[in-house]
Amino acid sequence: MRPFEYVSPNTRSQAISLLGASRGNAEILAGGTDLLTLMKDDVVAPKRLINIKGINDLHGVSSNAQGFHIGALTTLGDLADDATVRQNYPALAEALAEAASPQIRNLATLGGNLCQRPRCWYFRNGFGLLPKNETGKELVAEGENRYHAILGNEGPAKFVSPSTLVPILVAYGAKIRLEGPKGKRELPLEKFFVIPKNEGEREHDLRPNEIVTEVVIPPASDVRAAHYEIRQKEIFDWPLAVAGVALKMRGSNVQSARIVMGYVAPVPWPSPEAEQALVGQPINKDTAQRAAEAALTNAKPLSHNAYKVQLARVALRRAILKAASGGVS
Amino acid sequence: MRDEDENQKNPNDSPESPGVSRRDFLKISGISVAVPLVAGPRVIKAAGQEVRVYGPGKVPMEFAINGKNYKANLEPRVTLLDALRDEFELTGAKRVCDRAECGACTVLVDNKPVYACAMLAIEAQHKAITTVESLTRDGKLHPIQQAFVDNDASQCGFCTPGFVVACKAFLDKHPHPTPEDIRRGLSGNLCRCGTYAGIRKAIAQVAQKGA
Repeated sequence: MRPFEYVSPNTRSQAISLLGASRGNAEILAGGTDLLTLMKDDVVAPKRLINIKGINDLHGVSSNAQGFHIGALTTLGDLADDATVRQNYPALAEALAEAASPQIRNLATLGGNLCQRPRCWYFRNGFGLLPKNETGKELVAEGENRYHAILGNEGPAKFVSPSTLVPILVAYGAKIRLEGPKGKRELPLEKFFVIPKNEGEREHDLRPNEIVTEVVIPPASDVRAAHYEIRQKEIFDWPLAVAGVALKMRGSNVQSARIVMGYVAPVPWPSPEAEQALVGQPINKDTAQRAAEAALTNAKPLSHNAYKVQLARVALRRAILKAASGGVS
Repeated sequence: MRDEDENQKNPNDSPESPGVSRRDFLKISGISVAVPLVAGPRVIKAAGQEVRVYGPGKVPMEFAINGKNYKANLEPRVTLLDALRDEFELTGAKRVCDRAECGACTVLVDNKPVYACAMLAIEAQHKAITTVESLTRDGKLHPIQQAFVDNDASQCGFCTPGFVVACKAFLDKHPHPTPEDIRRGLSGNLCRCGTYAGIRKAIAQVAQKGA
C-alpha cells in the first residue's frame, strides 16, 4: 500500500471540505473492506484518506412516516440484527445475512456496500473499468468474460454492479440521500448507478466532494418481497445472478410489481417487461416463468457467459414464487 | 542459494539459547536501514474548524490489546494485522490472503470478529482488541482450543488461530447453535486442509458443555 495522509473529521461539512473538488486525490474510508484491498493492489492510490466513521449522525437507524432511515455508516452486521429490518423488511434481512462473511459484515457499511467498486478482474488487475489494449480493442468482449454482463453491455462497460443488497433495496423503493458543498439531494436508489461510457467516469452518480448520508426505505407492510441469489459456493461468494422482487397484491392477483435483477448488467437492472407480465395475474409457476422469460428477452450474452441468462431466469422465477408465498422458498 | 541458507537449521537456534532469532534479526536490520521519523499531526482548517492530519510518515499510536496498553510509531497505512505481528509480536493472527477473504487474521475488535488485515491500525486505536493469545490462561487451553484438540480440528494448523477466535465470537453470540447456524456462522474462515468436519464437531462439543 502506498503512503497516504489520514484525517478523521467529526462533521459532514468537514468531510465534504476535506474531499476537494477533483477525483483521485482523496478517498472516503468507511468500513474499508473494499477500499483497502483496492489500495493494496494499487488500483487506487489516494494521497489522503478521510475516515468518516467519526461523524456520529451518519450512524444508526430510525423510523418515521416516510419509512425506515438507515445511516450510511450502519454496518451490515448491525442492520442484519436490527429488529425493524427483520420484521418489516425480511427480504432485506435475508440479503444481509447472505452478504459476504460475519467478519466483513462487522466492518462493512451500507454506504460502502453501495459505493463498492466492481469485481471485474480486469478492473481489479489495473486495466481500468472499461479495459482496452493499446490498439483500442475491448479486452472483456474477447477475453475472460464468464462473470460479466448479459444486459446493458452494448457500450464499453461490461462489468456487473457488485452489490447484492441493491436489487432488493430498489424493489422496496429505496431512496439514497447525498450531501455535498451545494447541499443535499435525494435520488431513487436505481438512479445512483450509471453506466460509464468513457474511462475516468465512475459507475456512481457521486460527485468527488459528495458523501452518501442515508438510505430511506418506504413502509412495506402491504408488500410481499423476496431476495434470491445463485452462487457457485453455498456462501461467501460473489453471486452469478441475484433477483429482488416486491409485489403488492389485490386479492389473489398482482396489483403492482417491482422486479430487479443484479449481477446481470453494469447497473442494477429493473425489468418493466417482467413487471408488466405479472400485473393483473395470479402468481403461479406459469406466470412466474413468463415474467422471467420476459425479463431476459433482450439479453445479449458475451462469448463465455450465455449460461448466466438461464441462471438469471431461474433466480427471478424463484424470487417471484418465494415473494408470493410470503418469503418462503 | 540464499533461500537454502535461510531454511537451514541453526544449531544455536534452540529456545534455551540466547541467540538472535530470525524475527529479532529482521527487526534489528530494519532499524539500521530505516531511521523512523515521527511527526505529530498537522492541523489544517476544514469548514472553518481545525482538523488533524496524520502521516504519511510515522505517527505515535496507542492500542488496548488483550487488556494491555501498547504504543508504537506507525505510518497510517499499516494494517492492524501488521501492527500486531510486526510491532507487538502477537503472531497468532496469521497473514495469509491479506485481502479480507480467508479469515486467518480474525481478531475481536470491541468483541466483534473482524479481519485484522481489513482495518488500519490507526483506526483500531482505543478499541478493545482481543487476539488468540489471550485465550490460554496460566498454560490452560480455552475450552474451544481444547475442543479443537479433542476433535482433531487442525491439520497444518495455519488457519486454526483465526478459526478459534471466530468460533469464540460465534459461540458468544449463538450459545446453542444448530448445525446450519454453525455452517453459516463460520463461513468467513477457510481451511485448505479441509478440517471443517472436526471444527464443526469441536463447536458442537463446546456448545453442549458451555465455554
